[in-house]
Amino acid sequence: MAKKTDGKQATLTDPVSNSPKAVEMAKKQREIGVAEFFARNKHLLGFDNPRKALMTTVKEAVDNSLDACEEAGILPEVSVEIIEMAENRFRVIIEDNGPGIVKAQIGKIFAKLLYGSKFHSRKQQRGQQGIGISAAVMYAQLTTGRPAKITTKISPKHPANYVELTINTTTNSPDITREEEKEWNKEHGTRIELDIEASYQKGQQSVDEYLKETAVVNPHVTLIYVNPKAEQYVFARASEVLPKKAEEILPHPHGVELGTLLKMLDSSENRTITAFLQEHFSRVSPQVAKDLCEEARISPNVKPVDISRDAAEHLIKAFNTVSIMNPPTDCLSPIGAELLERGLKKEVQAEFYTSITRPPFVYKGNPFQIEVALAWGGQQTKDDAVKLMRFANRVPLLYQQGACGITKAITTTNWKSYGIQQTGSSMPNGPLTVVVHMASVWVPFTSESKEAIAHYDDIIKEMKLALQEAGRLLQKYVGKKQRAHAQLERASIFERYIPEVAYALSRLTGKKADDITAGLNAMVKKDSIQQRIEAMQAVNTEYDEEWAAIGKGDDEDHVDPDETAENEIELKEKKSKK
Amino acid sequence: MAKNETDKEQLKTLEEFGASLVKQIESGQQPSIELSVRSLSNVVFDEKTRKLGIGEKTSERAFFNVAHAKKFLQTIEVAAISKSLIEIDKTSSLRDVFYMAKRTIPGTKTNVVDDQNESDKAMEDLEIITGFTREQLHVNANKMGSVAGNVIIEDQGDTIDWSKLGSGGWSIPSNVEKIKFKKMNAKYVIYMEKAAVWERLHEDRFWSKQNCIIMSSQGQSTRGVRRLLQRLATEHKLPIYVLTDNDPWGIYIYSVLKHGSISLAHMSEEMAIPNVRFLGVTCDDVTKYKLERHYIKLTDQDTARLKQMAEYDWFKDHKEWQKQFKMMKTAGAKVEIQSLSARGITFISDVYLPEKIKHNEFID
Repeated sequence: MAKKTDGKQATLTDPVSNSPKAVEMAKKQREIGVAEFFARNKHLLGFDNPRKALMTTVKEAVDNSLDACEEAGILPEVSVEIIEMAENRFRVIIEDNGPGIVKAQIGKIFAKLLYGSKFHSRKQQRGQQGIGISAAVMYAQLTTGRPAKITTKISPKHPANYVELTINTTTNSPDITREEEKEWNKEHGTRIELDIEASYQKGQQSVDEYLKETAVVNPHVTLIYVNPKAEQYVFARASEVLPKKAEEILPHPHGVELGTLLKMLDSSENRTITAFLQEHFSRVSPQVAKDLCEEARISPNVKPVDISRDAAEHLIKAFNTVSIMNPPTDCLSPIGAELLERGLKKEVQAEFYTSITRPPFVYKGNPFQIEVALAWGGQQTKDDAVKLMRFANRVPLLYQQGACGITKAITTTNWKSYGIQQTGSSMPNGPLTVVVHMASVWVPFTSESKEAIAHYDDIIKEMKLALQEAGRLLQKYVGKKQRAHAQLERASIFERYIPEVAYALSRLTGKKADDITAGLNAMVKKDSIQQRIEAMQAVNTEYDEEWAAIGKGDDEDHVDPDETAENEIELKEKKSKK
Repeated sequence: MAKNETDKEQLKTLEEFGASLVKQIESGQQPSIELSVRSLSNVVFDEKTRKLGIGEKTSERAFFNVAHAKKFLQTIEVAAISKSLIEIDKTSSLRDVFYMAKRTIPGTKTNVVDDQNESDKAMEDLEIITGFTREQLHVNANKMGSVAGNVIIEDQGDTIDWSKLGSGGWSIPSNVEKIKFKKMNAKYVIYMEKAAVWERLHEDRFWSKQNCIIMSSQGQSTRGVRRLLQRLATEHKLPIYVLTDNDPWGIYIYSVLKHGSISLAHMSEEMAIPNVRFLGVTCDDVTKYKLERHYIKLTDQDTARLKQMAEYDWFKDHKEWQKQFKMMKTAGAKVEIQSLSARGITFISDVYLPEKIKHNEFID
C-alpha cells in the first residue's frame, strides 16, 4: 500500500459504467453453497484420487452403520460389496442391521452436507461432522451422474422405504428422484448403493486394509466383504458384547476458549452465573462455581448475559487456576489394552507384546484417552521403519501418516533409550509395530477427510507418555533378553573350558575325565537359560497368516508363478541360441 | 616314580589340591581355588626379620566366573604338568611349561595359554597354593649369572673351582639347592647389576686381590642367584655388597635382594638376605668422585618409581635411604656405574671398591 505508482492515483471509478468499483464488485459477490464448495474441493473430504475415493466411500458408510448400531444397542453386522461395472466404475453396496432411518430424515441424512446428530453432541463416536456419507453421495453423482439408492426399514411392522436421491449442490438440499415402499426381508437396517468412479487395488491403504483394521479394533462387529474380484472375506465378531456405551457429556471448563464461552453466556437463560456454570459444564459443583466466581471477582448472582468480555476473560483464567475434577470418563469407550493386544497378535507374529491405556485427560475441554500397543521382534523386519497403525474412535486412519499428531508423538519420543534405532527426530527403525488409538468426544482432525489428528500439545504429550510407558516395558524385556543371552554366551565359554579342566584334573587325581566333565556340565545350566529365553517370548496363538496378509503388499507386485516359469524358459532359449 | 622323599611331598600336595577340586564338583559345588593375593596391598613388611611376607588377604578363583575361568584352567593345567615332571623326575624350564600348556581348545579359537607370561603367573600361583618353590615343583627359570672367586664347589658329582674358569666364570644354574661348598676362601661377596662391570672386575682379578666373590646376573637377579647369595650369607656368614647404577631401578635390585620382592613375597623366607649392604653407586659417591658431568636426566618413569619406592614400608623410616632419594630427586639425574671408567679403566677395581670396603662406606 505504501508503494507509490508513478505518482498516479489509482481510480476507484469504473471507466465503463462510471459507478464506484465496489458497486460493480458487489454484483459478483454471492454466497457459496457448502455443497458447491466441497464439490470443488473433493480432496478435503478424502476423494483425492480414484483408489482413495473407493476406500473413503466404504469408510463413510461403514462408520455410519457402526455408529447407528451401537447407538441403538444392536450388535453390528455390516456387509460390503463392491462390483466392477466397467473400467474405473464401481458399484458399492453397504448394508447393515442397524435401527433404520425414519422416512422424513432419509433425504437430509444422505443428501445434505453438515447435517447430523453428532456435531453438537459431546460424545465419542466415529462420525462427528455430518459430512461423510453425503459427500459420498455427492461424489457418486459428480462422477457417474447416478443417484444414491437407499433402502431402510425401522421395524418388522413397517415396510421398507426405497429412495433414490442426489444433492442439489447449489442449495445443499436433497433432490429425491424416486420414492416407494418396498418389501425387504429384513427386520430392520439400512442399505445404500452408490455408483462411483474409482479404482480397486489390494494392498496398503485399500478397502481391504480399512475393513480388516476396523475388525481388529471392533471385535463386536461382523463384517462380510466381497471385493471386486468376487472374493469373499468374513470378519466374524470375536465378542458378543457391545463396547460400553459412550455417554454424552457437557464441556469441561479446562481448555474452553473465550469465544465459545461468550457465545454460551450470550445465549444462556440462567438467572445466575453460578447456575449457568453448573448447568453447562461438567464437574462444576455449587462449591466450584462459587470458587470460580470468587477467583474471577464476579458476583455469584450476576446474570450470565450481563457478563462483560473482560469478566469472561477472568472466568477463563479462573477455570485454569481453580482446582476442578477431571471430566467424567464414562463418556469415553477405549478399546482396552487387552483387546488392542489381541488384535495386534492376530496381525503380527512377534515375541513381545505390550499395551498401555492412559487415564483420560482433557484438551480444550474435551476428554480424551490414549491407548498404545507395541509388538516387538519375531518375524518383523529389522531394517525397515517401525510399522505404525493409527486409530481414532475405533476407526483406522490409513492416509496422511506424516501429517498426523500420532506420528509427531512417535518421532519426538527418544526410542534409543528403549533399544530401538532412531536417527534424530525421524521414524524409528526396527522390528516393531506401534498401535496408537485416540478415543475422544471430539477428535481434532486436520481436515474433513479425517485422516490425521491435529497437533495439539496436550494430545501429543499424552501420546508420548503412553509411548514412553510402553517403551520402558519393551526396554525391560529387551534388556532381560540381552542379559539372558549374555548368560548363554557365558555358559558356552564354560562349556568349552570344561573338557580341558576335566582333563587336567584327571591327570592330577587319576579320576575319570568324563565324570568330572559331567559334573561340571550339570552346573552350567545352559538348558535352563535357553528355556528361560523361550519362556520370555510371548506365545501367540492368535496369529493368522491369511488374516495378516489382507491389505498388505500390492497387487502389482504379485507375480504369477506360471508366467515367471515361462520367462525363464524363454531366457534359457535365448542363452542357448547364443 | 619320584625318586626322593621330598618329591613325594610335592606329589601328595598336588594330588590333594586336585582331589579337593574334584570333591567340590562331585558334591555339586562350583569349584574354586582360594589363593593369597599377590599385590602390594597384600604384602606385609616384617619389621623384626626385615623381610617381605604375604598378608592374610585371599581371593577366590572360581571356575564359573567368566573373568576367572581361563586362569582357573591355567592353574590346574600347570599343576598337572608339574605333577608329570615330578613323576618322570625331569626338570623343565618355564618356556617348556608354556609349550606344554599351549594348545587350542577344540572347537574354539581360544588357547589354554596365549603367552608365556600367563603360564609363568600360573606357576607362581601354584607355588602359593602348594607352598613349594618352582624348583621344588621341577620347573626352573633360565639360568643367567656368573660367579668367580676362591671357592670350590661340588655339583652333580663334578668338582668346580670358581677361580679356574677362564674369562666366563661359573654359570649359575637356576637350581642351586644341591651344590655343596667344598672350600671357602673369600671374605665377602660383591653382587653387581651389570655383567659388563663383572667382566671388568674379573679381568682385573679383583676377586683374587681382594679375596672375595664377584657375582652378577643381567638386571634383576634371578632366583638361582638369590638362593646362592642367601646360602653364602647364611652358611658362610659372608657379607653381601650390592653394586648398581645410581637410579631407582638399581636401588630396587638391592631392595629385592635384601627384603624380598613384591611379586614373590611368598618366597622371601628362602630368598631374602637381610644383611645385604648397598655399596654404590650412592649419591654421595657422585659428589665425592665428581660424577655430576655424567648425569643422565631422570625420566618421568624414573621420578614416579622413585616416589613410589620412597613410600615403601621398608624405606619409609630409613633415614639414610630417604636422604638418598631426596638427593636423587633434587639432582633430577642418575648415574651409571660405568661412569667411573672416566677416571681410568681400572679406577673401579683399584680405587673405588677397595676404598669403599676399607672405610665401610655402605648403606645397610
